[in-house]
Amino acid sequence: MGIHIIKMPDIGEGIAEVELAAWNVQPGDTVVEDQTLADVMTDKATVEIPSPVAGKVISLGGKAGDVLAVGSELIRLEVAGAGNLRETAAVAIAEPQLAPAAPPPPKPVVIEPATPVPTPQKSALTGRHPSPIRQPGEKPLASPAVRKYAWDRGIDLQFVFGSGPAGRILREDVDTYIAGKQGSPTGVPSSQRARLEWEEAIPIIGLRRKIAQKMQEAKQHIPHFAYVEEIDMTECEALRQQLNAKYAVTRGKLTLLPLLMRAIVLAVREFPQVNARYDDVANVVTRYGAVHLGIATQTDGGLMVPVLRHAETLDLWSTAAEVTRLSEAARTGKATRDELTGSTLTITSLGALGGIVSTPVINYPEVAIVGVNRLVERPMLRNGQVVARQMMNLSSSFDHRVVDGMDAARFIQCVRGYLEFPATLFVE
Amino acid sequence: MLTESTTLLVIGGGPGGYVAAIRAAQLGIPTLLVEGEYLGGTCLNVGCIPSKALIHIADEFEKTRQFAGDSPLGIKVQSPAIDIAKAVHWKDGIVTKLTTGVAALLKKAGARVVKGWARIVDGKTVEVSPADGGDPWRINCEHLLLAAGSVATPLPNLPFGAGGGNVISSTEALAPATLPKQLVVVGAGYIGLELGIVYRKLGVEVAVVETQARVLPAYDEELTKPVAASLRALGIEVHTGCAVRGLNAAGNAVRIRNLAGEERELPADRVLVAIGRQPRSAGWELEALGLAMSERDGRAVRIDAQCRTSMRNVWAIGDLTGEPMLAHRAMAQGEMVAEIIAGKRREFVPAAIPAVCYTDPEIVVVGQSPQEAEQAGLDCIHAHFPFAANGRSLTLESASGFVRVVARRDNHLILGWQAVGRGVAELAAAFSQSIEMGACLEDVAGTIHAHPTLGEAVQEAALRALGHALHV
Repeated sequence: MGIHIIKMPDIGEGIAEVELAAWNVQPGDTVVEDQTLADVMTDKATVEIPSPVAGKVISLGGKAGDVLAVGSELIRLEVAGAGNLRETAAVAIAEPQLAPAAPPPPKPVVIEPATPVPTPQKSALTGRHPSPIRQPGEKPLASPAVRKYAWDRGIDLQFVFGSGPAGRILREDVDTYIAGKQGSPTGVPSSQRARLEWEEAIPIIGLRRKIAQKMQEAKQHIPHFAYVEEIDMTECEALRQQLNAKYAVTRGKLTLLPLLMRAIVLAVREFPQVNARYDDVANVVTRYGAVHLGIATQTDGGLMVPVLRHAETLDLWSTAAEVTRLSEAARTGKATRDELTGSTLTITSLGALGGIVSTPVINYPEVAIVGVNRLVERPMLRNGQVVARQMMNLSSSFDHRVVDGMDAARFIQCVRGYLEFPATLFVE
Repeated sequence: MLTESTTLLVIGGGPGGYVAAIRAAQLGIPTLLVEGEYLGGTCLNVGCIPSKALIHIADEFEKTRQFAGDSPLGIKVQSPAIDIAKAVHWKDGIVTKLTTGVAALLKKAGARVVKGWARIVDGKTVEVSPADGGDPWRINCEHLLLAAGSVATPLPNLPFGAGGGNVISSTEALAPATLPKQLVVVGAGYIGLELGIVYRKLGVEVAVVETQARVLPAYDEELTKPVAASLRALGIEVHTGCAVRGLNAAGNAVRIRNLAGEERELPADRVLVAIGRQPRSAGWELEALGLAMSERDGRAVRIDAQCRTSMRNVWAIGDLTGEPMLAHRAMAQGEMVAEIIAGKRREFVPAAIPAVCYTDPEIVVVGQSPQEAEQAGLDCIHAHFPFAANGRSLTLESASGFVRVVARRDNHLILGWQAVGRGVAELAAAFSQSIEMGACLEDVAGTIHAHPTLGEAVQEAALRALGHALHV
């Protein structure tokens, strides 16, 4: 029998570290060739790591949430035959005492995450501080030292939850109570309702950590400015309904999104500065002919941004079909790495939940994001007459380092023009 | 008239008052303590300490009398005798040592002591008549702490001093110049039984009269059975369910009547009336304050959980505030009041106040008995461990008695401890601590108790309540 070590594979170009999302095997499990060992996460893609060999799991190179360097030990298997663990490590195992000066066997290089990751077990222990559970008239239970500790701080033990055996109030419980009390303005419950003082620490790992990092990065690096414009979508809506009436069966139904995308594709021809990525280390803005539209998509795991590649090549219906396919792929976790990277401009829309104004965060290192607010019928004045119009706001953010306010405004006005006079969408 | 001002004036130098004065002085509060009789109060002078000294004397003498007979230990002595005057002198020596110790502690802490009898003028003014007969003082104070203690409760048909001075209280019983031939003890509470047993062991014929159906009626029956058996073995006559009618005409017997109405006379050349104690709330114009008093008998000063009376900055502690009249309760209250006056937030909320009865065998109770817990509506388990199964007990020739634990069924929180047996008074510390710390049965069961000690019975009782005692 030999030892086979599987290292963290390089799963994307230029990626130095990978987060372990989940283990599919545990030490002691027997695995067959091609069985999935672990899910790892890079950027925004989750990748399954299959086993190249059959064997028995001896040890894991980290726990879910750990960030491992590419090339570090991912998993150690016991396999038939010699395995791939060679002399150096074998010597170290055979004579550890005789060779104290020899370098220790290579350990997995665990890159410490920026913030310590609390384990779920710990959060379960320390996170919950419910209200005291005592029968009416039952005295709070605490040692004399804790009683004095509480008195000295003006705390009535009656209100303190006891985490000790038989509900005994410990000194830490008093501290927790004090910490919780400082949060409320009076500290005195204003109704007969029990105070809820539980907390739950949720480890920020996996996709959530990626999102957090991306958002942090975007807001830290990019001086955002927002621009909101009101757009009369009446004509556009009418067109959409006509098209749907005529082509829904044969080509599929259209939402507003393909029309907006078409407008953007046309507008960026005039304003290439918004369809760009800014490498702020090299101080280079790269403008793109291609329009790779990121589509902010809510999934169960959190926000993902699948990318509609070469939107400039697609007509309305193929755009609609591609949007549907991509968001489905993102939601089911099947989106590939390529489908999740490389956007040059991003659109974010919450549909009916779009509100009236938003201040979207730019998908770094892009330089602009277009946010779609709710479409609603409103009374408007047209030629002195109050008329009902389908109104919708676009709330957009731009990187002010490389996009001037004037350019941004003109870009959005251009988009507005296409949408308010939708025939122009089809003029090349 | 001499006038004096202080921040805290303590009336009474007993365990409550002197502890309050020491603690207050430690905390920098100008403190004056007024004591008319003796520092240390009832406890040190005519209560706890002298009675324990006499119990020791009686026990030692009793031993020698056993050795003079056929002792299984093989020890032989001849015609033991006791010089009661010398014994009392030894006891007085202990009392003196302790009371002078208290005076030294007060002085060291910086509290001033005024010897004299206090008389209340108002909530901030007290007049003191010096014990040596000098001019009275007037003392003004910000805080007045009432700690006047208690006195023996007299029996109307058997007043103290009747029968030519033969009817006495525990105070006189603790300082006998001579031993009587026949002593009748009225009241089979702990004071009556402790002293009755002392006198019996010193060779006096003793009869005990109790109106209730059994001795030590304040304790549960299972606990008092070994004591009742011991009284029989010692040859003490016990008349339960009997009311005292008074002395006979000749003054040499106590007339009693049982529940059936039959009267009889118990010959006595001394009668100890030990039917209890009552707050010393009369005779020093306490009434002038018009304080709220307890509803039960109107004698005890009513206090809240911080020992505040109904008058602002007038505090009361100890026996003056009623039951339980125990020195250690008064001390804890005194310490607390001093700290409150010093500006600290405190409350008198002990989980339990232990009580010890120095009969032979001794009884200790801390917290709730099974019946009390049940009455409080708690679902309880309880278990006892007999000293007959404890090695140390056997080597002390005291295989009777047991330790009992009461705990909640749901979370095993210990609610009470009771024990009866020789030397069990010292277990009070372990009992109180476990309850005060909020210990569960598992805490005590999981604590290594030294072998061989009586304490092992404590651990075993907890184990037994958990269903896995090892030695029974």
